[in-house]
Amino acid sequence: MIQNVNNPVLELHDLTVTYNKKPVLWDIDLTLPSGAIIGVIGPNGAGKSTMIKSIMGLVPLSSGYVKIFDQDLPTVRHKVSYVPQKESVDWDFPASVMDVVLMGRYGKLGLFKRPRKADKEVARECLRRVDMEAFANRQISQLSGGQQQRVFLARALAQEADLYFMDEPFAGVDAATEKAIINLMKTMSEQGKTVVVVHHDLQSAMEYFDWVVLLNLRLVASGPVNDVMTSTLLQETYGGKLTLLAEVGELLTKKEFPSRENQ
Amino acid sequence: MENLWEFLSLRDPNIRYVVLGSILLAASSAIVGTFTLLKKKALVGDAVAHSVLPGICLAFILTGVKNPFYLVIGAFVTGWISLVLIDYITKHSKIKEDTAIGLILSVFFGIGILMLTVIQKSGNAAQSGLDHFLFGQAASLVGQDLLVFSAIALILMIAVLVLFKEFALIAFDTHFAESIGFPVRALELVLTTLTVLAVVTGIQAIGVVLMAAMLITPAAAARFWTDKLTVMIFLAAGLGAFSGLVGAYISYVAPAMPTGPWIVMIISIIAITSFFLAPQKGILFRMITQRKFQTQMLEENILKLFFQLGERADHKYFDTRSVDDITRRRPFELSKLQRGLKNLRKQGFLEATATGWVFTQAGKSKGQRITKLHRLWELYLTEYLKIAPDHVHEDAETIEHIITPELEKRLEEQLQFPSMDPHKSQIPYQR
Repeated sequence: MIQNVNNPVLELHDLTVTYNKKPVLWDIDLTLPSGAIIGVIGPNGAGKSTMIKSIMGLVPLSSGYVKIFDQDLPTVRHKVSYVPQKESVDWDFPASVMDVVLMGRYGKLGLFKRPRKADKEVARECLRRVDMEAFANRQISQLSGGQQQRVFLARALAQEADLYFMDEPFAGVDAATEKAIINLMKTMSEQGKTVVVVHHDLQSAMEYFDWVVLLNLRLVASGPVNDVMTSTLLQETYGGKLTLLAEVGELLTKKEFPSRENQ
Repeated sequence: MENLWEFLSLRDPNIRYVVLGSILLAASSAIVGTFTLLKKKALVGDAVAHSVLPGICLAFILTGVKNPFYLVIGAFVTGWISLVLIDYITKHSKIKEDTAIGLILSVFFGIGILMLTVIQKSGNAAQSGLDHFLFGQAASLVGQDLLVFSAIALILMIAVLVLFKEFALIAFDTHFAESIGFPVRALELVLTTLTVLAVVTGIQAIGVVLMAAMLITPAAAARFWTDKLTVMIFLAAGLGAFSGLVGAYISYVAPAMPTGPWIVMIISIIAITSFFLAPQKGILFRMITQRKFQTQMLEENILKLFFQLGERADHKYFDTRSVDDITRRRPFELSKLQRGLKNLRKQGFLEATATGWVFTQAGKSKGQRITKLHRLWELYLTEYLKIAPDHVHEDAETIEHIITPELEKRLEEQLQFPSMDPHKSQIPYQR
């Protein structure tokens, strides 16, 4: 059940990614519709985060290509925003909430330039949208997990992009934050923005997403949430049928064998 | 003393230059070091510092003169090679970064010492003073040397000023920096180069062995005092400059003394002092806070006990209680109890009578509130967390002391003002 769309916001063609020679994503062919809230779902180690990172050019591709708005990433970078997992940074860093949100403006500012008054106002507005305006001058080390995630979202909003990739925004946040995030995503989607979210809770997936991508080393399914979240497809994603694929991967690592002939 | 005035007056142009040079290079390496520290690359700085020695020696062997310009180039080249090698080893072998750093540091420093010994035995008269590069000699920072090192220090400061936003971003969140299209690899390359240059500025005044300390220690000390990156950088620069100044002075009064160890001693004392004394993060501050909590808990427990004694005595809350009455109900440590009782009298919660102690109105209110919080919390645990009633007392003993008035209100509302706790004791609301 892999449904393709016309005029996709994102197209992956034959995407293969390897870590230390070990393939973590095999031959992904995927198109995603515009204006939807899209969940990327799969078990631990399925390559969900890797897929997002490879789209953002943070890990090298072994094969295939990525098209965003039918263009290469560098030409449309200003229209794309990436929210890393909040655990990926050191929250003890000497910075205030405002400092972090302002980083969302750096892409527009470019190198060497300092944030202007307009950037600060945009940042403040974004903080307001995630209900964190009162925390603008707070040190980031004093934030709770949910507040950290809100700050990251505010930074993403400050980018004023059209396509958002969020890596596990619901991990380790309180119920109020989870609700605030999903409301925010709905508003963004109403404004025609596309939000791609790495997620691993099946229960809430049904409720949160319009479109779901099931992933486990390879693409299992992609389509409207009701067509994809079926027991057969979930079984295929989470079931142990892929041991052979995983073992071939292990073998490639162990022998340091190239996963593509021309490597 | 006379020395100090003579030195501080800066009348002697030589002193002026040495002081200026020491301050400049100590401050600039502290500024660059702030980012090295925040990127968690402190050990890399040490490896570079040791790895510049063979470069200095090689430059001397090749040119035969102690021209600072050539020496700096030599130092820069081997310092850089050491970084490239650490990077290569970490990426392309099973060796982890810490091991790679250890390997490169010792190999390069070993080769450096070997070359230095060969030069010293060669009988070349120009080599005298080359050994200052090991432990530093600030007083020798004059003329051409001063010019070269100060120029580098200025370049460092300007570079950090221009690239401040970029360095802060790659230190905090590399992936995000890459995702917005910043040239992260190039920026890291620049920062690495600045780190090597910062080390190079200090080789004459501080020496290669201890230069890493000048990179890292001021920033580490500054981190204790502030949570703002800009403040941290200025503070690090200031602390570095101060220790540089002291080093220059010592080098002036005791020319035979190597300067590096002195400068490092000064900055280390500052760092250790910060470690103990800084507000919020310092050990002393945290100890005092802990003590405050202990005192608060003791005093609140005494008031709670007074309230409970009153409950048992048919709600006669304002009768005198002797120390015996108290310890019979709850075994306080006697000295602590006495101290707590006296403090509570001073604060107006208790009064002393001929035979013991008695509640004031304020004391009763407070004792009542703690008792109420204790029982509400016990009820919350049994109702919402389904914890057995005989397990909840210990938890409530701590939680009762930290519940804020806002939480108190929410707790009461959520439990809908219950009248009994799980042990069938009345919950005493204020009327």
